[in-house]
Amino acid sequence: MMPRRERRIVTASSIPVLKRHTRLQYDPVRQAWALLSPEKVFWPDEISLDILKLCDGKHSVRQILDHLASVYEASPEEIAEDVEGFLQEWSDRSLVTL
Amino acid sequence: MVRQIFGDAMTQTILPPIGMLAELTHRCPLQCAYCSNPVELLKANREMATEAWLALFDQAADLGVLQIHLSGGEPTLRPDLEVLVERLANRGVYTNLITAGVSLAEGRMEALAQAGLDHVQVSFQGAFAPTTEKIGNHRGAHEKKMETARQVRAAGLPLTINAPIHRHNIEEVPAFIDLALALNAERLEIANVQYAGWALLNRNALMPDRASVERQVETVRKAQEDLYGILAIDFITPDYFAMYPKPCMGGWARDAFVVAPDGSVLPCHAAGTIPDLVFDRFGDKSLAEIWLQSKAFNAFRGTDWMSEPCRSCERQEIDWGGCRCQAMALAGSAAETDPACAKSPLHARMATLIDEAMAADRDEFRYRRIGSPVLERQ
Repeated sequence: MMPRRERRIVTASSIPVLKRHTRLQYDPVRQAWALLSPEKVFWPDEISLDILKLCDGKHSVRQILDHLASVYEASPEEIAEDVEGFLQEWSDRSLVTL
Repeated sequence: MVRQIFGDAMTQTILPPIGMLAELTHRCPLQCAYCSNPVELLKANREMATEAWLALFDQAADLGVLQIHLSGGEPTLRPDLEVLVERLANRGVYTNLITAGVSLAEGRMEALAQAGLDHVQVSFQGAFAPTTEKIGNHRGAHEKKMETARQVRAAGLPLTINAPIHRHNIEEVPAFIDLALALNAERLEIANVQYAGWALLNRNALMPDRASVERQVETVRKAQEDLYGILAIDFITPDYFAMYPKPCMGGWARDAFVVAPDGSVLPCHAAGTIPDLVFDRFGDKSLAEIWLQSKAFNAFRGTDWMSEPCRSCERQEIDWGGCRCQAMALAGSAAETDPACAKSPLHARMATLIDEAMAADRDEFRYRRIGSPVLERQ
């Protein structure tokens, strides 16, 4: 019997990575980025896409916040709630590992 | 932040398809009495050859298909499965293998992973060996499935457990949840049987009673809450007990289609039960021609075909009229509202059919076999 899995909670030091069963790719037919998963295809908007592209297992949530803050000319504190909420939801839906 | 469906303001515009269910073969080692394949199964000599499937997959990728579910019958009975997967992986198409998991030779899962397979769904007919063996009519099936599921994980592939639910296993729903956790699956589908094809033939034997359905709903809701962020549980509720119909295929010919083993292209896997629909075959026509022009696809596309109560319903682009095949089977016309909808004048008939099933001889099964269906006592 394996150890019981637990829900992961996002923190500033979490290092999110897209799950192996998801794939982020550009779709030339619709000229849009798609995130492919077992039963669904997601069409992330611009901000979601910027977050997902940084879910590469190299960037911590803190680094993602800093990066997005500079791109969108906001403070990391201002965007933290939205970004962390997004990552928590995607973790809970088994699309991102924290 | 994310929308799931491409084209928010879908009306009658024909958008490119997103998903395809490829029924590579109708051959299967299991004989489940609710199989979604047609009652008239195709023999091996009617199956498309490797080259034809590859050509079809290329055209599908060109057309915009992003996800292909490799199914059957049992798709691993095709020795060319790795070749098909490899082509799809090269084209950037997401591949989902839907398998019974009882017929994989050693090393096959690893080879499929190497070919670029993205995801595997293994069906379990029961949460315990006796149920799995009885429903699939296949001795040793449960242990083989457990082993296949372990091989999926060993190959580093993500795993979904699919549990088709009916009267004979509905009490095992809690055990299915434990099983999915024990096998370290990412997802569990608790999928109540849909009464089309074989399941319609066996409706009386498969129909659960109301108390069991209510218990099941409670169990699944609680597990979804308790296991939030741990195990994703998709719940496909039983139509006959529902208030609203399912948006079958996400809307007829809207973003997905089915290809039968012989290359016939259908809007849904049961569409053959609707008389008068004529289906085009890949090879006679290109996939793009079929998607855009097939009369069967255009018959119920969008909302123009709808009559009341769908026509003026605010849910018409949520439910898309429900299931055309269920309307055919229960209302006698595929253009009627799915009687699963509480607004259908025939909705009360669903309750009558449940009662009739409760009163009928409920241990007679027609097992899924190639050739004419035969009644058997379990």
